[in-house]
Amino acid sequence: MTTLSSPPLSRWSRWKADHASQITDLRRGIYRFSRNRLSVIGLTLVILLLIIAITAPLWVPYPGDVTGSINMAERLKPPSAEHLFGTDDAGRDVFSRTIMATRTSFQVGVIILVVAITIGVTLGAIAGYFGGWVNQVIMRLTDIMLTFPGIFLALAISAALGRGVLNAMLALSITWWPGYCRLVEAQMLKMREEDFVAGARAIGASNTRIIFRHILPNLLTAIIIKASMDFGFAVLNLAALGFIGVGVLPPEPDWGSMISAGRRFIPGSWWYSTFPGLFMFVTVLAFNLLGDGLRDLLDPNSTVRS
Amino acid sequence: MLRFLARRLLIIPLILLGLSIVTFTVSRLVPGDPVKLAAGPQARPEQIIKLTEEFGLDRPLPEQYFMYMTGLLQGNWGYSISTKREVGPDLVTYFAATLELTIVSTLIGLAVGIPLAVVSARWRDRWPDHFSRFISIGAVSVPVFWIAIVLQIVLAQNLRLLPVSGRFDPRMSYPETYTGLLLLDTLIGGNIPAFLTTLRYLIIPALCQSLLVIALVTRQLRGDLLDIVRKDFVLVARANGIPERVIWTRYLMKNALIATVSMMGFLIGFQLGGAVLIEYVLDWPGIGQYALKAALQLDFQPIMGSTLFIGCVVVLVNLITDLLYRVIDPRIGLS
Repeated sequence: MTTLSSPPLSRWSRWKADHASQITDLRRGIYRFSRNRLSVIGLTLVILLLIIAITAPLWVPYPGDVTGSINMAERLKPPSAEHLFGTDDAGRDVFSRTIMATRTSFQVGVIILVVAITIGVTLGAIAGYFGGWVNQVIMRLTDIMLTFPGIFLALAISAALGRGVLNAMLALSITWWPGYCRLVEAQMLKMREEDFVAGARAIGASNTRIIFRHILPNLLTAIIIKASMDFGFAVLNLAALGFIGVGVLPPEPDWGSMISAGRRFIPGSWWYSTFPGLFMFVTVLAFNLLGDGLRDLLDPNSTVRS
Repeated sequence: MLRFLARRLLIIPLILLGLSIVTFTVSRLVPGDPVKLAAGPQARPEQIIKLTEEFGLDRPLPEQYFMYMTGLLQGNWGYSISTKREVGPDLVTYFAATLELTIVSTLIGLAVGIPLAVVSARWRDRWPDHFSRFISIGAVSVPVFWIAIVLQIVLAQNLRLLPVSGRFDPRMSYPETYTGLLLLDTLIGGNIPAFLTTLRYLIIPALCQSLLVIALVTRQLRGDLLDIVRKDFVLVARANGIPERVIWTRYLMKNALIATVSMMGFLIGFQLGGAVLIEYVLDWPGIGQYALKAALQLDFQPIMGSTLFIGCVVVLVNLITDLLYRVIDPRIGLS
């Protein structure tokens, strides 16, 4: 290759020039996102929660209480300066346990979504790209799964499999993939008719290569946005399983099982159930606010009024 | 119309067949022995073997599936090992409770959701919009099992306004059953005190359940209203001097409600199965609670039965909504 006649650019400015349109899109997106106060609040909360989840073991006031320590002298103390959210029936600090539960929930939530997205995207891509009877088989199966209320099936599966976080993850992943399958299939049907796909096929790219290198990257944004909206619900459903008693095993902290355990001490010790639930509400709310703002960005109909 | 209906009716058995295979596989591939659980820890080995044979659990899985489905086609929903009762009649009783809860919560959801959506769309990006969006996002973010407990503490235990849990006062004589829907039954029987009691028991579960409806109705209707308000016919109506109030109530709602109606089908179907958590917390004797108890006992036939039952109902509700959708909006073809 011959050298360019234009003056040499630094790598950064060359990259900027190459990606000018993407950068403008991003700028416009950020502007529109920032116009929606609720989504900005959501984003802030999500960042805060992520920091909490990552750094929690470093600053949680009673790290020993997170695992099975028992301190009967401190049993069921109301909220105070030492115990912000009070203590539970084994004298453990509810605040420490609530905060640490964020970690477990987030880890499990991410795993559930990764598994569900992997299954859903693969099946959706195959169904949409190949069409015909393959599409019929996969999409009818997806219809069955979508028809059915997910939490009902997840509860039945994990109750049958027995308690434990692995079974809960399995049950939720099994019920979560159809949404992604539907999303990817619909886009795939459109995309496979595009010129760039025909071009790729003409130069001899394999089907796998066309699907994964040429089409799927275009769907990445939509998948990520759906995932960010789903994350809150994944965390919520995990807690629901814990609440029924088929999710995370005690003494591992979990919002659902804490709320469930606290029920026995209501109304006397209201804080035991109330605070984990409240914290969980804020978490789910944060992800939904963020997801709502992101969806508006993608929706071509929504415009910013200045 | 007929061809559309025929094609949809043909798919339904296929969907249900698929659902039955999925449920059967999942519920039979689990570790753990339901017979041992049902017979209790003191059961002798020969008792367990006898029970296993009685329920046909020693046969190969495909044969068991075939046996179950043959029974089902003859209207036999099976027998519950843990309750020692026929599954079929129980399903109907429990389902009626869930249906009643779903109907009431849907009505509450529409009554709150529609005004919220209109206010939100009319004053877009101003404080009523922010407020109603916050309500709808908040409503869908609340853990239902938690808000149920909070309402129990506040309304039932502290203020003593409502009963804590259950469906009817155990100290009162249970009203005569006609439809299984207690609100209707007590009205038919002319039993006003029992009607009021039923209503009081319904409030907390229905409020919890309606949160989802409120959220989804508000979100859907707001979006549709905002789409339609940009249409030319609205411009023409405004140019002709038709008051804004009339435009919003007569011109827009008729068009915008179409998608909401079609969503109601999904929502009702979803609630029938999704009520399981509320039913569990508030001890509402619905089909979700029935299925959950069966699942915790590894009681296989009630799990199959309730899953398939809910599946049938959801598929039917979806079919009805689809038809309704086409009737109210003739622009959509029947293909």
